[in-house]
Amino acid sequence: MAEPALLTVENLSVEFHARGKIVQAVRNVSWQVNRGETLAILGESGSGKSVSSSAVMGLIDSPPGHITAGRALFQGQDLLTLTKDERREINGRRIAMIFQDPLAHLNPVYPVGWQVAEAMRVHGVPPSEARARAVALLERVGIPHAAARMNAYPHEFSGGQRQRIMIAMAVAMKPDLLIADEPTTALDVTVQAQILTLLSELRDETGMGLVLITHDLGVVAQHADRMVVMKDGEVVETGRVADVFRAPAHDYTRRLLGAAPGKLPFRVPDEAAELLLEVQGLVKSFHLRGRFLREAAREVRALDGVSFALRKGETLGIVGESGSGKTTLARVLLRLMEPSSGSVRYRGQDVFAMSKEQVFAFRRRVQVVFQDPTASLNPRMTVEEIIGEHWAIHPEALPAEGRRAAVEKLLVQVGLDPAHARRHPHQFSGGQRQRIAIARALSLKPEVILCDEAVSALDVSVQAQVIELLKDIQKQYGLSFIFIAHDLPVVRDFADRVLVMHRGQIVEQGPTGAVFTAPQADYTRTLLAASPKADPTHRPQRRAGERL
Amino acid sequence: MTGFLGKRMLWSAGSLIGLVILVFFMARLTGSPADLYLPIDAPNEMREEFARLHGFDLPLWQQFANFLRDLLVFDFGDSLRQGRPAVDLVLEALPTTLLLAFWSIGIALMVAVITGALAAWRPNGIFDRIATLLSLIGASLPNFWVAIVGVLVFAVQLRWVPTSGTGTVVQWVLPVAVLAIRPCGLIVQVARSTMISVLSAPYVKTAEAKGVPRRAIIFVHALRNAMLPVITVAGDQAAGIINGAVIVETIFGFPGVGRLMIDSISYRDFAVIQAGVMITAIAIFLLNVLIDIAYALLDPRTRAA
Amino acid sequence: MMALTSTDMKGPAAMTLAAPEPGRLAPLLAMLWRDKFASCAALILLVTVFAALIGPAFLTEAATTMNLRARNAPPFEMARGLAYILGGDSLGRGILPRIIVATQNTMMIAASAVLSSLVIGTVLGLIAGYRGGWVGDVILRLTDILMSFPSLLLAMVVLYVFDPSIGNVIFVLALTRIPIYLRTTRAEVLEVRTRMFVTAALVAGAGPLRIILRHILPIIAPTLLTIATLDFAFVMLAEASLSFLGLGVQAPEVTWGVMVAEGRNYLANAWWLAFWPGLAITLVTMSLNLLSNWLRVVTDPVQRWRLERRMPSNG
Repeated sequence: MAEPALLTVENLSVEFHARGKIVQAVRNVSWQVNRGETLAILGESGSGKSVSSSAVMGLIDSPPGHITAGRALFQGQDLLTLTKDERREINGRRIAMIFQDPLAHLNPVYPVGWQVAEAMRVHGVPPSEARARAVALLERVGIPHAAARMNAYPHEFSGGQRQRIMIAMAVAMKPDLLIADEPTTALDVTVQAQILTLLSELRDETGMGLVLITHDLGVVAQHADRMVVMKDGEVVETGRVADVFRAPAHDYTRRLLGAAPGKLPFRVPDEAAELLLEVQGLVKSFHLRGRFLREAAREVRALDGVSFALRKGETLGIVGESGSGKTTLARVLLRLMEPSSGSVRYRGQDVFAMSKEQVFAFRRRVQVVFQDPTASLNPRMTVEEIIGEHWAIHPEALPAEGRRAAVEKLLVQVGLDPAHARRHPHQFSGGQRQRIAIARALSLKPEVILCDEAVSALDVSVQAQVIELLKDIQKQYGLSFIFIAHDLPVVRDFADRVLVMHRGQIVEQGPTGAVFTAPQADYTRTLLAASPKADPTHRPQRRAGERL
Repeated sequence: MTGFLGKRMLWSAGSLIGLVILVFFMARLTGSPADLYLPIDAPNEMREEFARLHGFDLPLWQQFANFLRDLLVFDFGDSLRQGRPAVDLVLEALPTTLLLAFWSIGIALMVAVITGALAAWRPNGIFDRIATLLSLIGASLPNFWVAIVGVLVFAVQLRWVPTSGTGTVVQWVLPVAVLAIRPCGLIVQVARSTMISVLSAPYVKTAEAKGVPRRAIIFVHALRNAMLPVITVAGDQAAGIINGAVIVETIFGFPGVGRLMIDSISYRDFAVIQAGVMITAIAIFLLNVLIDIAYALLDPRTRAA
Repeated sequence: MMALTSTDMKGPAAMTLAAPEPGRLAPLLAMLWRDKFASCAALILLVTVFAALIGPAFLTEAATTMNLRARNAPPFEMARGLAYILGGDSLGRGILPRIIVATQNTMMIAASAVLSSLVIGTVLGLIAGYRGGWVGDVILRLTDILMSFPSLLLAMVVLYVFDPSIGNVIFVLALTRIPIYLRTTRAEVLEVRTRMFVTAALVAGAGPLRIILRHILPIIAPTLLTIATLDFAFVMLAEASLSFLGLGVQAPEVTWGVMVAEGRNYLANAWWLAFWPGLAITLVTMSLNLLSNWLRVVTDPVQRWRLERRMPSNG
């Protein structure tokens, strides 16, 4: 370690002015990154994990935010005291950055080739040369037919390709340091694996340093050399990834590692339980209209012959990547959308041949919890109104005078303070909001709750708590869950049986233990291999460029 | 794009037909023209002659059928008042109105977009505060009041410009300025607020991370994205002027469509009213097509559909 | 497929995004005071409302008394008393009391027109957006026709056919503004009805009435009210334009627009006849615009901090 660190952040403190208050975003944060290594900054939402890199890049809006103390030494220069012109010399040329949600981070009205070339033009590369190099870069990051697609716009690419374009733009000037802020968070696991591998390759090719900001323990375990753990704006632990995972020093790190899903013994389905829901040969096709009048309409099958059954008291996990048809399946099961053919039977009754009264009764039995608790709670209603609405719709379920007490009881049950019944959703954290949504789903004492990515938006530690809550109420009421998720370790811990969906079809289904330990379908194997394990001792990829 | 345009045409044609029917019957609700064109003591034979001459003696449905038949060859009949084809009268007035719309919206757009972009450069800075206040004032000023004060100050007191007429360029200055003020104020507000929100868009952050200079971020990355709402508002304002800059045309004595229409209504000159409504509606449709083309040029995402 | 990242906002930014809590008047007034232009605007509007409410009761006599010696009397001469401080009109009536008395009609016409177009447009927009189908298509098509119809022409036709009474002026103004609310409501409904909390209510078995009244309307109401504020200014201008062209309210009823129209013929020798009522219109519309602009800043959490006082705190 004779070589000095590439970038050293020392005692950085940043505060933000918000709603008349001053919030300390980060306090006394120090870390460093060397050439050729990957440093992971791990933290949950609100931990301030992105703030220090924004400060390094000069991207903190001031006001409302400003840096109160600290230095960021980059090759002898303090980045925090640069003038605007000096800053422009460094950004993009010496230090580059890529972000989460590449669609939003690419300018929608300019061709991607132009945007990649711009990264070079602003640093003095002549336009024609910049363009030629842009083609080569796009080819390098894996955009097929790069030369032909130079003039295409961001919306014409897939999510994974957009992140590849961002990467091409970032490495265009061969920077010494690349900061990647949650680069794969919205992507499917198979795409995530490809992107992270690409980043590691590029790092090895150019010898640049890589800062990987993430909330995902699996990503850290599989792709980083050293790590910094942040909580509430402070660094709680720093060290080599293998060491931290083997022997975490700080209490918070221990809890975080403990909360990582995928370690529990497999649950065993009870094949004798009563059948609640039978799905037979479900097909849902959409007709996409052609661009021109003469072009024939295309038929796309979002669901293509889906059959399965749900028994009382079990959790049926449904996994699949985007476009697999799991969202369409959820909407059909909730009777929000009619299938093109096939049937859904609830306790033997055809759900799509029900009378109005039967539908109304069905609505009491089957409830839903959505992914985004912020969007699924009406912002203008109080918690009491939100939970109580189901009784207003089904007044026979509970007499009006008992409702207030029932709301409080439900809040206690989902682990919230009953005194908060008159608050509005925005006064709660994400995890608390999801608990409110669960309380609402429980209010009519349903038999089935469909969880559509219900824990995907939550932090790992919160995720574990919400899953615990779901297990508790399952035990207590003998509830059945249909648990739709893309996150394999969570499904592994919670589901009795698993359905793997791919392009509208079920490619594999069976008891969780069997699917996870002895997958039959190729696609299941790919999916399992791509899912990053929160264990640095099981790294499948070669780590050629690892330097000690 | 072609499919989209075709659909637009069909939709507009539907609206145009509805408009034509509405105008035909509504105009006739306003009363018989005979009372206006003939002396009060005109004998009945004279009235019948007048009605027969202009086809008013036929039952209403037949008048309407004739009207539709003539419409197919774009014939709206002759003006009662001037005895010339109604279409000719409208087409003579149209250039004046279109020029008024073109210059006032064009100037407003140029001034406003630059002002809005500069105001968004440093939100809440001194330039932004002044621009915001002036734009709010501009958007609140009633046309007729500005026109009156303008005439009073520049024509009557200072004698810099003549009070009315369309002969020389100087005579266009005041009307165009009066018409430009409100749109200018509105567009500054829209341009400023969309620029501010666009400047906090993630792709602006990307540009900063790339090291793009602030000037290029504002005028290359942000401005093009902020233009869509600006063009929508500008288009609405232009349509408003084409539809009837009556007040300005009246005060400054401009022979535009607005004044032609108001006169035609007072004189129950049905043919001219119908031709005027139809032709301005077509002009506005063409304006909307231009706006759609501008959208497609500015934002590739709107090109699909 | 939806992204799964929405809660992972960058640190403190997440905390600033909550909406301002309702029902806190005092800090709101303090913020109003910090913006001097908005304070002035609020004051002007208060005075206007006050004048509209009690003006006619006290000043009708002063506004209708003709003093032939004060015909076209110039402003700022104290000799004829306070009533003629802004000058006298062509019939020798004081301009100031006339403006104050006219406030009521002016405000009443604008308010009624805005209110009726708001209600009708919202109801039709809810139907067009929520029910859709052929009913929605018909509503939309009629709106299109109404919008392509020059509003001034519409006004002229209606007011020729019927008499230009205050009621008909309100009717015409309301008619031309309905499309604004209708289209906004429809667009918002189409967006809001796809939100998750609406789906959650549907899954629980909620009927269309409950969805509309409890879930959609409360969400879109603020947008509609903002438009209504701005529209109030617009309708005032439209009414004045109609009156200016002699198509609006007719004498002896009086609005600011009518006063401008009356003064138009005396522009060359008595500019004050048209100037003062025009100024009144300008001031009120400007105040409405300023205040709604201020409201927009206050209710926008991203910009709100500009108006808040910095309060250092440790938590």
